[in-house]
Amino acid sequence: MAADQAATLVEAGADHGGSGLNIHPMDQFVIQPLFSDGPVGMFTVTNATLWMALAVLCTVLLLVVGSRGRAVVPGRAQSVAELSYGFIYKMVEDVSGKEGVKYFPYIMTLFMFIVLANMLALLPMSFAPTSHIAVTAVLALFVFLGVTILGFVKHGVGFLGLFWVSSAPLVLRPILAIIELISYFVRPVSHSIRLAGNIMAGHAVLKVFAGFAGALGIFAFVPVLAITAIYALELLVAFIQAYVFTILTCVYLKDALHPSH
Amino acid sequence: MEGDIANMGQFIGAGLAAIGSGAAAIGVGHVAGNFLSGALRNPSAAAGQTATLFIGIAFAEALGIFSFLVALLLMFAV
Repeated sequence: MAADQAATLVEAGADHGGSGLNIHPMDQFVIQPLFSDGPVGMFTVTNATLWMALAVLCTVLLLVVGSRGRAVVPGRAQSVAELSYGFIYKMVEDVSGKEGVKYFPYIMTLFMFIVLANMLALLPMSFAPTSHIAVTAVLALFVFLGVTILGFVKHGVGFLGLFWVSSAPLVLRPILAIIELISYFVRPVSHSIRLAGNIMAGHAVLKVFAGFAGALGIFAFVPVLAITAIYALELLVAFIQAYVFTILTCVYLKDALHPSH
Repeated sequence: MEGDIANMGQFIGAGLAAIGSGAAAIGVGHVAGNFLSGALRNPSAAAGQTATLFIGIAFAEALGIFSFLVALLLMFAV
């Protein structure tokens, strides 16, 4: 009996929002079809599709339209485009070396897509495609497969030297090889979950604080101030996570290009 | 009643998994603090090592994210 009563109470609380607004922190990550109420199939246009397309559109606007003028003294859009280009170019050159520059377009594409998807997701009422492991796993898996194939094409069997730590004592090398092998295959997992987890955690924290604002009544300004501060932090995280994803791609690329320890 | 006990285990497990996030915070603080103490001794070499700093932070943070993920799975997926 008591359990039944408790269940009804909980349900009532969920329906009416026991105190003020009732926001579930995970509701914002639900994928919904845009034009119909039907189930989400392989080719359904969803809110994730919309916000990913917007991220691509913004990339094109910034990099193609923004730098179309090719002014000697760049305007605002052109200087942002030039800055991001130079930033990623220098990163690829520094981390992956001269040979890595050949793969710069792919890394630039990755960075621009992730950073713009993260930034657009910070707009109120928007949707964060990079908070879904499905999205980031595809990005990370393509990096992983591409880098592995590249390593084998460039070095053949010599690519396996990545797992054979020649600077270690001979007795330890087989054990280290197993550890290196495991760490190599965990790469795509950690690579994708880092981005998705950070973005998801940040957005969930924002929603949790929004829920506090509904519950506190007149003291709602305290969580609103906290949300403002967390928003600034999330802006930083949106950039840093895109940067980290890109720089790890560069590190993996360097491992594929120079596999020997 | 059995369901309640199962739920309790789920929540306790999620809370225990969240300890890992705090451990990752210690790790990230260690990386950043050591970078800062090194950078203050030789500021001219600091700029070239920011990439290394972020790689180190990312690797330390990954394991905290794993434990956060376990907590989330226990709360919402199990």
